[in-house]
Amino acid sequence: MTLSIFYFLSFLAILSALMVVVSKNPIHSVLYLIITFFAIAGHYVLLNAQFLAAVHVIVYAGAIMVLFLYVIMMLNLNAEVEPHKSVWLKSAATVAGGTLMVVLVGALRTSASVGSPLPADANIGLIKTLGKTLYKDFMLPFEISSILFLAAMVGAVMLGKKETK
Amino acid sequence: MSSALIFTTILIIVIFTITLVIAMYSTYGERKVAAFLQDRIGPNRAGPFGILQPMADGVKMFMKEEIIPDMSNKWLFILGPCIAMTTALMTSAVIPWGNSLSIGGESYSLQVTDVNIGILYIFGVVSIGVYGIMIGGWASNNKYSLMGALRASSQMISYEVAMGLAIIALVMMTGTLSVKEIAAQQSGGNWNVIYQPLGFIIFLVCAFAECNRTPFDLPECETELVGGYHTEYSSMKLGFYLFAEYINMFISSAVISTLYFGGYNMPFIARFISDPNLLTLLGTAFLFAKILFFIFFFMWIRWTIPRFRYDQLMNLGWKGLIPLSIANIFITALIMWLTGKVS
Repeated sequence: MTLSIFYFLSFLAILSALMVVVSKNPIHSVLYLIITFFAIAGHYVLLNAQFLAAVHVIVYAGAIMVLFLYVIMMLNLNAEVEPHKSVWLKSAATVAGGTLMVVLVGALRTSASVGSPLPADANIGLIKTLGKTLYKDFMLPFEISSILFLAAMVGAVMLGKKETK
Repeated sequence: MSSALIFTTILIIVIFTITLVIAMYSTYGERKVAAFLQDRIGPNRAGPFGILQPMADGVKMFMKEEIIPDMSNKWLFILGPCIAMTTALMTSAVIPWGNSLSIGGESYSLQVTDVNIGILYIFGVVSIGVYGIMIGGWASNNKYSLMGALRASSQMISYEVAMGLAIIALVMMTGTLSVKEIAAQQSGGNWNVIYQPLGFIIFLVCAFAECNRTPFDLPECETELVGGYHTEYSSMKLGFYLFAEYINMFISSAVISTLYFGGYNMPFIARFISDPNLLTLLGTAFLFAKILFFIFFFMWIRWTIPRFRYDQLMNLGWKGLIPLSIANIFITALIMWLTGKVS
């Protein structure tokens, strides 16, 4: 049962991730990306990380993607106004991407299998465990990353502010 | 194990039906309340006291011609109301509709599923609900629809922030994210609204904004935006959008009653009644009484208070409610620290 759900979610994630790249319409790309996020959230649930799944849906699918969609709808992008890339650029991109794939395949081909994807501790993803880990063992990095977010927020507000003269 | 599964299935069907019936009669109630507040009679033609009015409306909606605009994006045009309706119905899964019933020696909980992150689940569903409006508005290929959709979605994501911060104070106090446990902690008249009055007011205002109800019903605006995001919709697709609003209202009322007003708990009644099953059923009835009161409250506000202007709405959200809710978190933390609840 779990295995078939895993394969279904993986298939969905990879298919919609491909569709993100292939779609001509940027709105469709964003919608496929949302489906990808949902599939990944499903993977988190399979790994017993319910909190991570919920936060993933709220933050990525619910907030960030809405803003993406918002901006794209405002810009009104479509196939006609898309800047045309030269053949030279396209072939360079294909060669670069292909090289990356060859490198990845070459690196991963000999790597050993990790074993069972199920965590040893069934409670590992529950919010109590996660909170204790974050606030006890990783207190300093957690706080530093929150300060980083605060700095980014203040920076965004400053950039968005009207210049007063 | 299978009897629990059967019970859950029955529970899901019952909740689904009750949700739809209450949403259906909310449309009738809304008109009656409006009529009452404006000194009119209200619908009284279909059936006695007009109680068949919702059926008549439903039949009318189904009979109308279905129009899909020629230049619209057909799939997304249909997907919009589907998402709105689905997300509106999904939240009821984590709300505890009562304590547990014991049938034949086994106890069954009147909650479909008790996930330990219930509140976050509600939040996730609410944040997906925006897509129904956004996709529908964009796929209509109409400038008014698009502007209406952008308004609705920016309003919803702005008020989601304040709503989340109001809930954080509540979660700090209760120490759990499970909705069932929050409801259970409030037994004996120990309601959260007593400890979190500011949080409750913030949550209530945000709930109004999330449901796109007056005074925050800016997405729909005849003078500027025609019908807003559903300008191009007709027949039952329009009906779904309007119906989703009433379902959201019902679910919001249920969430408010559960989080702040004790859920299914009735103060003092446990002293008089000893039969646990009867107590559970009475508790469920009491929860529904609270929910109906809040639905009435939604309507009462709608027909009493004039709407905001859009910039006032954004000012209230970002400059009023968010700082207020952060202050609420600090005050809660301070009081918890002073009273020795946390070390």
